[in-house]
Amino acid sequence: MPETRMLYRRVDEPGLASIETYRRRGGYRSLTRTVKEIEPEELLTTLQDSGLRGRGGAGFSMGKKASFLPRGDTDKFLCCNADESEPGAFKDRELMQKNPHQLIEGVAIAAIAAGAGWAFIFIRGEYAEVADILEGAVAEAYGAGFLGADILGSGQRVELVVHRGAGAYICGEETALLDSLEGKRGNPRLKPPFPAIQGLYGGPTLINNVETLSNVPHIVANGADWFKGFGTEQSPGTKVVSVSGCVQRPGNYEIELGIPSRELIYGLAGGPPEGREVKAWFPGGSSAPVLTAAELDLPYSFEALADAGSMLGSGSIIVADDQVSIPALALRTARFYHHESCGKCTPCREGTNWTVKMLERVLSREATPMDLDIIASVQDNIIGHCLCVLGDSMAMPVSSMVKKFRPEFEEYIRRVASDSPGLGSDGAAGLHALTGTSSLAPASGPHA
Amino acid sequence: MSAEERRRLIEAMRPEDAEPVPQLHQVDVPDELRERIEAAMAKYPQVRSAALPALWAVQRHYGWCTPEGMREAAAVMGVTPAYLESLATFYDLFRTSPVARHQVLVCHNISCWLRGADDLIGALCEAAGIDAHEADHGGANSPDGEVFVKGFECMGACDLAPMASIDERYYGPLDTDDARAAVEQLRAGSEVLPGKALAERPAAGGPEPDPDPRVKEVESGDA
Ligand SMILES: Cc1cc2nc3c(=O)[nH]c(=O)nc-3n(C[C@H](O)[C@H](O)[C@H](O)COP(=O)(O)O)c2cc1C
Ligand code: SF4
Ligand code: FES
Repeated sequence: MPETRMLYRRVDEPGLASIETYRRRGGYRSLTRTVKEIEPEELLTTLQDSGLRGRGGAGFSMGKKASFLPRGDTDKFLCCNADESEPGAFKDRELMQKNPHQLIEGVAIAAIAAGAGWAFIFIRGEYAEVADILEGAVAEAYGAGFLGADILGSGQRVELVVHRGAGAYICGEETALLDSLEGKRGNPRLKPPFPAIQGLYGGPTLINNVETLSNVPHIVANGADWFKGFGTEQSPGTKVVSVSGCVQRPGNYEIELGIPSRELIYGLAGGPPEGREVKAWFPGGSSAPVLTAAELDLPYSFEALADAGSMLGSGSIIVADDQVSIPALALRTARFYHHESCGKCTPCREGTNWTVKMLERVLSREATPMDLDIIASVQDNIIGHCLCVLGDSMAMPVSSMVKKFRPEFEEYIRRVASDSPGLGSDGAAGLHALTGTSSLAPASGPHA
Repeated sequence: MSAEERRRLIEAMRPEDAEPVPQLHQVDVPDELRERIEAAMAKYPQVRSAALPALWAVQRHYGWCTPEGMREAAAVMGVTPAYLESLATFYDLFRTSPVARHQVLVCHNISCWLRGADDLIGALCEAAGIDAHEADHGGANSPDGEVFVKGFECMGACDLAPMASIDERYYGPLDTDDARAAVEQLRAGSEVLPGKALAERPAAGGPEPDPDPRVKEVESGDA
């Protein structure tokens, strides 16, 4: 099954990042029509009718969210979430690097639809080279009159600022992003009030992901019905899916939503290396509960993955093959969330800490069977008990691994009895001997 | 409380608790740094939003967020140095201690780990003469002051796994030979890992597939 390239159309065409080439491909026509011919309410209706769902994680209707902003002349804002810090996600990076004007056009149109005079692209600080490209493109768009105080002489105003983050996963959470953009430490806020009512600088704010906004010029150009011709009824459109881990051709693939996941993992990304099989896969970044090889035929859509007890999330697949130790994978996953917890809520701050410690105990074969139940109960005590879902984002995948691969965890515990401590036969010990990095954490290699 | 009482109480505090906003005449801020920060202040509807850009400017100017640099930025922005320090310590990309000339951030998150990140960190550290454990937990400088290596979370480049960000540019996939080569190149000041840079990487799906007939294409000179 080939890719269905809409956002990625001619993605490697030389010069696509420049405004000349982008315009030659029909770029900025949607924005031109928006300021000259379309009323904001009509725009909102089109976006809502298209069924476009957020591509940043939660999958909420983009048009509906935009319509939540109060009308009238209060100062309103649009923030494009380009923080992309969830392990496994790298689609926004390539979209911005190779086709920055598609995003800028989408931001400008969405800002006009929402009545926002100011727009910000919050890009993670690590993407310095991409931010340079984006800033160059923004300057070109200002120069051509597509941004600024009076877009194409229409009287419409959209100022666009590229804002560089400085390394904190939590700033991808929308309210932490707002705090960070206001010049504070990135801590999530209590909701409600939701950003659509009270967001940046206290004003109504629309927050959308890079890919969500990159879809907007296409929808305006071709209409809601055309857009619904792609994908499934509940997941219209295409999706850029980041596939990584144990596959032969890791990368971004744009597909029509609803194709079998197997097509993505095997057909497009080439599947695991010769002779190996898929053992577990995260369908929607490291925050999504893992699925097994038996679930490879699930359609890749919001609804099918949710029905299977996981989620599409940011649309990032991480594949672990049959050589990978699931307890070691769980530890890697937990360590990330522990490092990134902002510390505001006790269940998240302490729960991530204890989960890491207990998984380390499992891997160093000091755990007892009861510890597995404690790990599971710690996860239950995190889920739903925090200010944002960062805590849940560790708890859900970790508990899915303990649940679906429990015998493998038990194997580590059984080995306590039979092995002499410290003489591990696991891959990590061999790895240390090979590289001399014996100071890395115990059992840190991916292979059991 | 009388004004006099209040004044005495405040004076009795430790200096860092009663830290005033430094005035511009009290600091010696380089023109270039000041211009950068002021440009950022002019860019946002509210001045405080320029705090991260200001810290970036300090780090670019001095190599790291030096206490003096943060004081200078605070004076330009009209905030306390402690305010900027509280940000500098929160965000992982700001460095609050002296660092080597070149910065190597190595991803140790899931996808890179699955493809050999531990070996990569080990090889980089061995080549640079750095303790791998220290590098992986907070970062460490090489004894010659040339290379700083730090284990880092997913950098949004799992397609390059295992990858590293070297002086703010992405490279991957890297093996242990690449690690040794990179350290040598950084020391020699030559081009780093030609052919391994993200900037040169085409889309994974290869050459353009046949266009989907539903994706309309416009080809014209004017927009
Ligand atoms: C811990 C955490 C991290 C997140 N990181 C991102 C991110 O990097 N990029 C993103 O677009 N959304 C991220 N989100 C989701 C945002 O909060 C928000 O829902 C999203 O940006 C809305 O855009 P959308 O509706 O277009 O998807 C994150 C959420 C949480 C709880
Ligand atoms: S759940 Fe975790 S990251 Fe989110 S606000 Fe609470 S402590 Fe911070
Ligand atoms: S896991 Fe290394 S870049 Fe994503």
